[in-house]
Amino acid sequence: MIKSRTAEMTVGIFMIAGILSLLMLALQVSGLSFFLKDDPGYKIKGEFSNIGALKVRAKVALGGVVVGRVVKIALEPETFNATVWMTVDPNRVDNLPIDTQASILTAGLLGDNYISLTPGFDESQYLKEGSTISIGNTNSAVILEQILSKFLAGQASKDNSADTSSNNPLGDRR
Amino acid sequence: MIFLDRVQNLGHTGLHFIGNIGRATLILFHALVGKPDGLRGFRRLIQQLYFVGVLSLLIIVLSGLFIGMVLALQGYNILSKFGAEHALGQLVALSLVRELGPVIGALLFAGRAGSALTAEIGLMKTTEQLSSMEMMGIDPLNRIIAPRFWAGQISMPLLALIFNCVAILGGYTVGVKWLGVDVGAFWANMQSAVNFHDDIVNGIIKSAVFGTVITWIAVFQGIDCLPTSEGIGRATTRTVVYSSLAILSLDFFLTAVMFGVT
Repeated sequence: MIKSRTAEMTVGIFMIAGILSLLMLALQVSGLSFFLKDDPGYKIKGEFSNIGALKVRAKVALGGVVVGRVVKIALEPETFNATVWMTVDPNRVDNLPIDTQASILTAGLLGDNYISLTPGFDESQYLKEGSTISIGNTNSAVILEQILSKFLAGQASKDNSADTSSNNPLGDRR
Repeated sequence: MIFLDRVQNLGHTGLHFIGNIGRATLILFHALVGKPDGLRGFRRLIQQLYFVGVLSLLIIVLSGLFIGMVLALQGYNILSKFGAEHALGQLVALSLVRELGPVIGALLFAGRAGSALTAEIGLMKTTEQLSSMEMMGIDPLNRIIAPRFWAGQISMPLLALIFNCVAILGGYTVGVKWLGVDVGAFWANMQSAVNFHDDIVNGIIKSAVFGTVITWIAVFQGIDCLPTSEGIGRATTRTVVYSSLAILSLDFFLTAVMFGVT
C-alpha cells in the first residue's frame, strides 16, 4: 500500500492538473482570452469603413513580414466606422511615417484577412502609442461576395440587352 | 429436436444476459446507496483515485501528445492543398474536444484502469476476501465497490480534459513551431470555432458517461467472475471488450443527440 500522504499529494496534483486543463480549454481554446499576455509593442488605431472578416489576433504585416497583431476591434458610435487597434513590435519597425496606409487584405482565395501596412513619405512625424491612421489612409476589406454579385448583375444586364437585340430580328423575320 | 435445442439455447442466453444486467444494476445500487462513512471513506476514495486516475496519467498524456501531433501533421498535409493551413487550429481543436479526447481517453482508461479494477476485485473474490468481509459484518459492496466506482467516475472527465489539453499543445507544437502555421491564425480560428458550452461541456458530459459505463462494467465483471485464475483472466478480457464496444456505440448515440440534428 502506498503511503497515504503521497497518495493524497499526487491525487491533489492530478485534480489541479485537470482543473487547469479545463481553464486552458475554456480560455485559450474557446476564446475567453483575458489571461493571455499582450503582444509587446505600441498600440496604434486604424479606422476602416468595412473590415470584412478580420479577427482579433490577425496579423499585421509590412511588406509581407509580420510586425504585429490586431488586439481589439470595435465600432465608432458616431461615424459608424470600424476601429481596429493593433500592436506593432518596435523591435521590428519603430519609424512608421504618420501617413502610413493600412489595408485589409486576404491571404489567398480562401484565406484569413490581415492588415497590410504601406509606409508613407511624411517623415516629420512617426506613428507612436495611441496614434490613429485616419479613414483617408485606409483601404477596406474586399468582400468577395459583393464583387461577385456586382459582376453577376453586370453579366445579367448584358445578357438581357443581348436577348432583346436578338429578339428583334426574330420578330422581324416573323 | 436439434432445432428445439437451438431455441432453448437462445432463450438461456437471453435470460442470462438480462439477469446479468439486473444483477449489475443491483450491485451498483447497493454500492452507491450505502451510508458513506465519513473521513475513512474519503481516504479510501483518495487511495482509489490514486490507482485509477494518477497512475493512468502517463499513458493519457503520452497518447494525447502523439495524437495531437499526428492530427496536426495530417491536417496540415490536406489543408495545405487548398491553401487553408490557417484552419489547422480549428480542425485540431474541434476533432479533439468533440470526439477524440473523450473516446480515445475512455478506450485507454478501459485498458489501463478498467482491466486493473476487474483483476483486483476478481482476485479478492477468488481468495475469498469478499466472503470473509461479509463474515465480519462489513458490506463489501460499500467498502470495495463504491470508492472504486466514484474514483473512476471522477477521474475519467479529468483525464479526458488533460488529454485534450496536451493534444492541443502537441498540435500547436507541430503546426506552429514546426510546419510554420501563423500562430495568431491558429489560435484565432480555434477560438472562433470552438464554443465553450456546445463543444467543451458536451465533451465533458461524454467522458463522464464513458467513465460511468467503464467502471460499472469493470466492477461488475470483477464481482461476477468465476473464482479461478482462468475466470479472472476471462473477466478482465470481457471488461476491455465490453467497455470498448459500449464506448464506441454510446459515442455514436451521444454525438447524434448532441451534434446531430439541430
